[in-house]
Amino acid sequence: MSQSDTPVLELRNVTKTYSVKQGLLGKSKPLTAISDVSIKLARGEVLGLVGESGCGKSTLANILLGLEAPTSGEVLVDGQTLGGQDRLALARRIQPIFQDPYSSLNPRKNIYDIIALPLRVHGIGDEASRQKSVREILDIVGLPARVMNNYPSQMSGGQRQRVAIARALIMKPEIVICDEPTSALDVSVQSQILNLLNELRQEFGLTYLFISHNLAVIEHLATRVAVMYLGRIVEEASVGGLFDAARHPYTDALLKSVLTPEPELGIPDTHLGMSYPNPIAPPEGCHFHPRCPAASDLCKSKRPEPLFDPNGRIECHLHSP
Amino acid sequence: MTLAPSTNSVDPLLQDIVGPTPGQQLRRRFFGHRGLMIGASVVAVLLVIALLAPVIAPHDPYAQDLLARMKPPVFLGGTWEHILGTDHLGRDYLSRLIYGARVSLLIGFVAALISGTIGTAMGVAAGYFGGRTDAVVTFLINVRLAMPVVLVALAVVAILGGSLQVVIGVLGLLLWDRFAVVMRASTLQVRGREYVSAAQAVGASTPRILLSEIMPNILNNLIVVITLEMAHAILLEATLSFLGLGVQPPTPSWGLMVSEGKNMMLFEPWLVLIPGAVLFVLVLAINLMGDGLRDVTAPENRS
Repeated sequence: MSQSDTPVLELRNVTKTYSVKQGLLGKSKPLTAISDVSIKLARGEVLGLVGESGCGKSTLANILLGLEAPTSGEVLVDGQTLGGQDRLALARRIQPIFQDPYSSLNPRKNIYDIIALPLRVHGIGDEASRQKSVREILDIVGLPARVMNNYPSQMSGGQRQRVAIARALIMKPEIVICDEPTSALDVSVQSQILNLLNELRQEFGLTYLFISHNLAVIEHLATRVAVMYLGRIVEEASVGGLFDAARHPYTDALLKSVLTPEPELGIPDTHLGMSYPNPIAPPEGCHFHPRCPAASDLCKSKRPEPLFDPNGRIECHLHSP
Repeated sequence: MTLAPSTNSVDPLLQDIVGPTPGQQLRRRFFGHRGLMIGASVVAVLLVIALLAPVIAPHDPYAQDLLARMKPPVFLGGTWEHILGTDHLGRDYLSRLIYGARVSLLIGFVAALISGTIGTAMGVAAGYFGGRTDAVVTFLINVRLAMPVVLVALAVVAILGGSLQVVIGVLGLLLWDRFAVVMRASTLQVRGREYVSAAQAVGASTPRILLSEIMPNILNNLIVVITLEMAHAILLEATLSFLGLGVQPPTPSWGLMVSEGKNMMLFEPWLVLIPGAVLFVLVLAINLMGDGLRDVTAPENRS
């Protein structure tokens, strides 16, 4: 694999708004799912993306996969814009692994047909060579070749997720978008899948965008972390930096909210107070201020500008110069 | 890139305790469902009778014998010459009944086929593409639901004249509403599944996604609606024929037989009861089959 300075995947000021109709005759209002997001992924890196449910993580994944078009801004793969690229060429480079292996495999198809679908769509090889490729990839993800004739309903969650990984990797993509790939699995199976993903990354030099709300998983796998809140990236740092010294109050709250197996410690209090704000009517100023323990008057009126420094990126008045 | 075997291994036992394939499960449930088996058997028997009508029928259904009019059936003191008696023109009632099965089943199948094709295309398109397509299809469905089928059918038949082709055409073009509604809802449900997104992310074309990802997963609902609409079409044909605007005499049709017998109903009630009972049994059997198919295919939908 060639190393170069151009990031393998880059998002430049990507914004995605939906218009949401309120009631039958109501006016449609804009809902900003993602606002001004810029991310760079270097080759071989794992960027963890964390945030609460509904903060726009999955919308971001869909934009990267080309399933949705951004309202503004651009996505670049190897320095080329996404819009200019052929749909099939893009599919060869970026593949997804979805959250729920019970919904990501077509129940009417056997495992061979599921895994061979990308090869068929792209017209790669003949039936015999596809058989061989499927066998190889099954071996790589740790499934015996016998499962080719099985149906998803005959397999466990962990096995299904391995099939989903096999499908994503059969065309040897460069970038894999993992959208909470372990959150639907048993704890004991989660670590197996994570280790598998880690091994595969080293073996094939893959680049992952790893979306999760499980911070332990992110710490285990990621090299850098981006924290998302209400469609904006509020902090971005290396894993070590973020977990040792979180700068944004929201990141701090997320880190404190992790449940521990120690019963004496009780259920952690995040001090986040009120619930997640309505994305149709986001708060004025800094989006996080109603829940922020350190909010000042400035936070209520003015939105903080992103600040870039050697540690990464931060969007908070507390850290403004 | 070399592909080294992974160190991730799977419990070897797991592969030896895999359950039956979905096909095997379906077959097992299919044969275990009593209502479905009864309904399917009755429909199958009537289908065979209809196909083999020229072989089975004891008499020519059109042959009139004015010397043997209104002969009662065997169980009401008739002779074995005419097991179910004869009608007011002396035609053998059993033979007319057997040939009438052809008309009923033909109308049921072809009308369900035509309306199924129209309704499925509209429903799947609306469910998959959404947006404006969905708005147009929903509007068409509402327009169609606002039209009373029997009245529209009567008007069309009155203008074009009653014949088998006209009746099939009218019913086929009128009964697509339930197909469209059900197929739209099932497509909406399946479209949101992640395997559809996965196929899109792979770059699969829309026809491929519709045919190989969506259709197999909504087929069970389609089969159920087909059976229900078949029964619906058969009943409507009988209604139209009874009103004199469906299949024209002397073609043997169950609705027509009821209609022809109604003048004599008070004196010879069997003239109406026999075709009525056969119609009832066929529609009941088809509905049992549809109900059973829904029961049998539903559990898979949930998993």
